Amino acid sequence: MASCTICLPALMMLVLDLNTVESVWPLPQKLAISEERYPLSPTHFNFYYGEDQASIMKDCSLLDSAFTRYFPLIFPDLTSGNGVLPSTEEKAFSLVVTMHQKDCDGYPNEGSSERYQLNVSAGQAVLNSDTVWGALRGLETFSQLVQQDEDGTYFINKTEIEDFPSFQYRGILLDTSRHFLPLKAILNTLDAMAYSKFNVFHWHIVDDPSFPYQSRTFPDLSSKGAYHPMSHIYTQSDVRRVLTHARLRGIRVIPEFDSPGHTQSWGKGQPNLLTPCYKGSSPSGTFGPINPASALSYTFMSQFLKEVTSVFPDPYFHLGGDEVNFSCWQSNPDVRAFMQKMGFGKDYTKLESFYMENIVNITSNLNKTSIVWQDVFDYHERIPKDTILHIWKGLPAQYKAETSRMTKAGHRVLLGAPWYINHIAYGQDWRISYNVQPLNFSGTEEQKKLVIGGEVSMWGEYVDATNLSPRLWPRACAAAERLWSDESQTRSAEAAFPRLQAFRCSLLRRGVRAEPLSPGHCSDEYRGI
Amino acid sequence: MLPFAIVSLLVTVSQGCGRHSGDPDTAVESSYGSLWPLPQKVRFSSLSLKIRGSSFQIRDADESSAGPSCSLLKNAYRRYYEYMFPNERTNGHTNVFADPSELSQLHVWITSSDSECDGYPVVTSDESYELSMNQTYAVLKAPKVWGALRGLETFSQLLYEDEYGARNINLTEISDFPRFQHRGVLLDTSRHFLPIKVILANLEAMTMNKFNVFHWHIVDDPSFPYLSRTFPQLSQMGAYHPYTHVYTPADVKMIIEFARLRGIRVVPEFDTPGHTQSWGKGQKDLLTPCYSGPTPSGTFGPVNPILNTTYDFMNLLFKEVSEVFPDAYVHLGGDEVDFKCWKSNPDITKFMEQHSFGDDYSKLESFYIQKLLDIVTSTQKGYMIWQEVFDNGVKLKPDTLIHVWKGNQQQYQNEMAKITLSGYKTFLSTPWYLNRISYGQDWTSLYRADPHNFTGTDDQKKLVIGGEACMWGEYVDSTNLMPRMWPRASAVGERLWSAKDVTNVNDAYSRLSKHRCRMVERGIQAQSLFSSFCRHEYKGI
Repeated sequence: MASCTICLPALMMLVLDLNTVESVWPLPQKLAISEERYPLSPTHFNFYYGEDQASIMKDCSLLDSAFTRYFPLIFPDLTSGNGVLPSTEEKAFSLVVTMHQKDCDGYPNEGSSERYQLNVSAGQAVLNSDTVWGALRGLETFSQLVQQDEDGTYFINKTEIEDFPSFQYRGILLDTSRHFLPLKAILNTLDAMAYSKFNVFHWHIVDDPSFPYQSRTFPDLSSKGAYHPMSHIYTQSDVRRVLTHARLRGIRVIPEFDSPGHTQSWGKGQPNLLTPCYKGSSPSGTFGPINPASALSYTFMSQFLKEVTSVFPDPYFHLGGDEVNFSCWQSNPDVRAFMQKMGFGKDYTKLESFYMENIVNITSNLNKTSIVWQDVFDYHERIPKDTILHIWKGLPAQYKAETSRMTKAGHRVLLGAPWYINHIAYGQDWRISYNVQPLNFSGTEEQKKLVIGGEVSMWGEYVDATNLSPRLWPRACAAAERLWSDESQTRSAEAAFPRLQAFRCSLLRRGVRAEPLSPGHCSDEYRGI
Repeated sequence: MLPFAIVSLLVTVSQGCGRHSGDPDTAVESSYGSLWPLPQKVRFSSLSLKIRGSSFQIRDADESSAGPSCSLLKNAYRRYYEYMFPNERTNGHTNVFADPSELSQLHVWITSSDSECDGYPVVTSDESYELSMNQTYAVLKAPKVWGALRGLETFSQLLYEDEYGARNINLTEISDFPRFQHRGVLLDTSRHFLPIKVILANLEAMTMNKFNVFHWHIVDDPSFPYLSRTFPQLSQMGAYHPYTHVYTPADVKMIIEFARLRGIRVVPEFDTPGHTQSWGKGQKDLLTPCYSGPTPSGTFGPVNPILNTTYDFMNLLFKEVSEVFPDAYVHLGGDEVDFKCWKSNPDITKFMEQHSFGDDYSKLESFYIQKLLDIVTSTQKGYMIWQEVFDNGVKLKPDTLIHVWKGNQQQYQNEMAKITLSGYKTFLSTPWYLNRISYGQDWTSLYRADPHNFTGTDDQKKLVIGGEACMWGEYVDSTNLMPRMWPRASAVGERLWSAKDVTNVNDAYSRLSKHRCRMVERGIQAQSLFSSFCRHEYKGI
């Protein structure tokens, strides 16, 4: 990491009254808030680019639109219709943003630095970052530092922050196959993700129940495989809208096209893709996973992956590979013949490996890094070293052992298992998510470095637009802090609780339908229904 | 005569230990379409008729005792017209020249001389109705407006879209009435304040499921949002916020009228002597000061039962409550009284001695409750109480309604048996605490619970007036109330309305999935039962 332009002297955590300092979620790595506070007035507030930056930043539309977005978040009364309250001290305040790289027009990726420094003093806040992505994180932090006193006057405390994420990959999975999620629900989720500093939207876009992705190359996939061919689909322009909305918030969009299992809906629009299951000597009329014994399957997958890898710009691509049921393959005489020809014996995991290897190779030829679910690693070792493994199974002891094994084999690992928050329970289950320790497994320092981050999954069996937001927020915030903040400073869920409650109220104020954590109230309750 | 096919339900009798045999088979298609809760008697014919918004009318039958002045029905006609034809843009004139194969009118006929149009529903209100049709018009006959409201809901559920998006209805005859009189939903507005809009939306959803009691657990320990005219300081000091988190008299009135128009009673609960921390903020000396050794600890316990001022206060408060809430019943709570604080207080110890209560603090509780019951009786109201009051042996009036909420299945069934054996009326909530959530299709266990499943005579069973789905507010506010409530509460709705033998979970799944999509289409944020879709998804965020 490059320059430390402001070198902070021994930073100390100040414990202040939580009624006056609501503080920041997720907790910055180094945060010093002093009791000295400065008033802010919406009419005398400005964003500026650092002086020597003016030329670099001349047309950074990404940051310009971030300013437009954050202004009403910093001064919420402007949008809530309360009007601007007269400030007693009309003092100008400016937020000066300086960045070292001009990367306004690109997409964030795994190498994007999100580091920033924020220094708030009288009349001015200075935000320094390497990249525009770091500036976005700093803006979010700044917006959370601004508060209102009892008279409605905005103020900010003198603050010094040096901040960066503990993990580079902090994701949320949405499942748009089991239930279709209207675009609005996805965009609202992206907004809330930015407030919690999540940076990856893992779009589990298709699965067994429906195929809502409208393909340019194979339009039948959605016209026959979606719940409804017109109303329950994502058109190319919908996808672009998601990509843009995400990019503007520093969020990567990683699509998942899970195969060879979880593909029932694919078969409707693509005949001969799935394996026909047999009952005795004749086809039963049902279908299994993609047919790995047919060359046509690979031709199709090549063409299809060629399209989707170009539609989604992120260098990562999720190939799924989980929960392949072998019974249909076993029933099919052609598959059996293929097994024999390939010398796989009766070991169908070899057949699955054969399929996945082909798909991973196709994907790497398209210059993408593959992510696969842990099943692929569990069943064979011959996967390329640069493939990222996504852990989703088991209790802590099991996923920790799995992390050890995978990192020992030199693979990068993504931790999903502890954060399946579609699973609900009565009470404050966010504490369980909060207490997860992603690096608490046996392994060397090198191995620990291979854990690139984690992901919160919201599988869709019981979730659609009616209940997505309250089920996701603020429960996902627990993982957001675990993945961003310094674990040694954030061990106690008890200590985090009042800060999370305050953050939940600000999510509400910002239009995110975040559910309550315990009895209590927010000054602005959710008014929709 | 038109050919009617009689469809009968396939009833699977699930016996035994109360374990769930797993999730429903989602492939089953109910022969009852989307009807929810299932009416008592349905005869479908295969003859389908077109029904068009541009020509369809709901109007009073000529013979009806409810005339043009019955605004309750007029409101309902409009509501159901809009539910049935959400996209209809009429120019104000319906097309009188309807197609001959088209059902063009629904005549609503209130048959008894008193339609009760301007009254409030009560526990004995007649909600029965009959629906019949010929090829041009349908007739909805009901003794009272309350039955007409239920019948309108049922009629609206008979409509379905064909593949061209046109609305159809099959020729149908229905005769229907509720199995239980008391079919309630409890909302808790103390642990979290619920904006009026959410309460109204929930009442709207309640009618769609033929619920008829809104049990308003309006105040409790955390906050006192009820703005009392007699004691304004209660909410001034005890609400989460004295202006934004209160229910004004106008709010309350509006909620009661909104509910009345939907045939729903509003029963307020002012729970005492426990669950009253928020009362103490605005009413000095009401709560018992707790002691730590010989000195007051600064904390407070339940309502102080030994002071005359307590009863003066209760007298005035319940006088107001009895005037503000028109229902014949108030819920007096009486649950979970913690005796620790009473035990610590020397004045109470002395009082116990004077009254020879010994160490039995439930006698002190009884003393309090009995005085409270006398106060409420003097306001001409009946009362409901949580089961502890009965358990503790408090002397109750014979018409007291006892609300069962505790224990496991065995325990609540024993309790129901015990209460009814003592000759009291009761209603059940234990299996229907909807605030308790778990992963998966938990509606099936809600659906399988039955208030009559306990050992007792037929006369005992008759004392069971129904049940209530409870949504306690610890983890629920306006952000998640609706999806957590619906369609899970719908399962309770059918159990309390439909015949006892309507228990087929597969058939229920098929109807309930469609019913939930209909609720979504009507703007209710009802969550999904399982992977699936609705033609019109929820469009909010």
